[in-house]
Amino acid sequence: MLDLRLYVLQRISALVMVPFVLVHLGVIIVSAQGGLSATEILSRTQGSAMWFLFYSGFVVAVSIHAAIGVRVIAHEWSGLRGGALLLLTWTTGACLLGLGGWAVLAVTLGPS
Amino acid sequence: MPSITRTFTTTVRRGRPDGHFNETFEVPARESQTVLDVVSWIQQNIDPTLSYRFSCRVGMCGSCAMMVNGMPRWTCRTQVKKVLRNDRLEVAPLRNLPVIKDLAVDMDPFFEKWIEAEGFHHPSRSREDPIEPVSPENPGRVVADAGIECINCSVCYAACDTVTGNRDFLGPAALQRAWTLLNDVRDAARPSILEAVSRSGGCHNCHSIASCTASCPIGLDPMAAIAGLKRETALSCFRKSG
Repeated sequence: MLDLRLYVLQRISALVMVPFVLVHLGVIIVSAQGGLSATEILSRTQGSAMWFLFYSGFVVAVSIHAAIGVRVIAHEWSGLRGGALLLLTWTTGACLLGLGGWAVLAVTLGPS
Repeated sequence: MPSITRTFTTTVRRGRPDGHFNETFEVPARESQTVLDVVSWIQQNIDPTLSYRFSCRVGMCGSCAMMVNGMPRWTCRTQVKKVLRNDRLEVAPLRNLPVIKDLAVDMDPFFEKWIEAEGFHHPSRSREDPIEPVSPENPGRVVADAGIECINCSVCYAACDTVTGNRDFLGPAALQRAWTLLNDVRDAARPSILEAVSRSGGCHNCHSIASCTASCPIGLDPMAAIAGLKRETALSCFRKSG
């Protein structure tokens, strides 16, 4: 159920995620080790174009990568195919994009 | 005739497409006994209606492949003493292919996928043209030679979990054939092969589990061939868009 286009999309999104994941893990470690409170973290992210662009890119890459991965698993484990499989792929991608985008807006919108 | 001092239990999966059952036989143990010997002994001495397929008995034709204790193997080249588990042997038809009767499977889907993968020669010259010399050292020839000895036994196809989960997947053997042709300087259909292996059942569905490579009776490496196809199709994709 993977043609060349989906395969390339999934590989590229994986490649794009590598720096995102590394920086994200670094951010978590620095925040936890530094003992930053939620308010202090938000004060750094809100109004920051850099964090908005960083996490928006991350969410887009995850949405593409995970939607294609779920598509493959659903087909191989449940035999789903055709329109139903297409719908699942797009729904998974849209949900991740929507939820992730909402989270990004929540932590980056607001006073700088 | 050596005296029979020991027997072992062999379970054979039997039946037709509409259902199967397991039947157990006590088979006398012999020196240098192969799994094909066991199946033939059952057919000749206990139940002549047992259906199975074989031809050469020496690992040349690839027609006697079956599941032996859960693994696909050439039964003519599998020594019983090497696969017996607690004096028990289980023989079943090849996985991933429809059963015709007992241990004989329908190979049509397997060969249809060879055609689907463009796994046949596309001549670049006619019979009137002189034969094109191909150096054995030619890099493409070296790559093609690595997979050219496949005898279509379907052991890799039966071992492949991706085929089990995805009935459209072309499978290791067909893709390996496509890879050998892609690297054959005498083959004239490179774009068609790349297009055929890039469709929804193509090489990109392979999870690189490597059951094909681990189970190939002659030590070929279909997984490496599929990796080569993934690389070539991805590069051709960027060349097209570039």
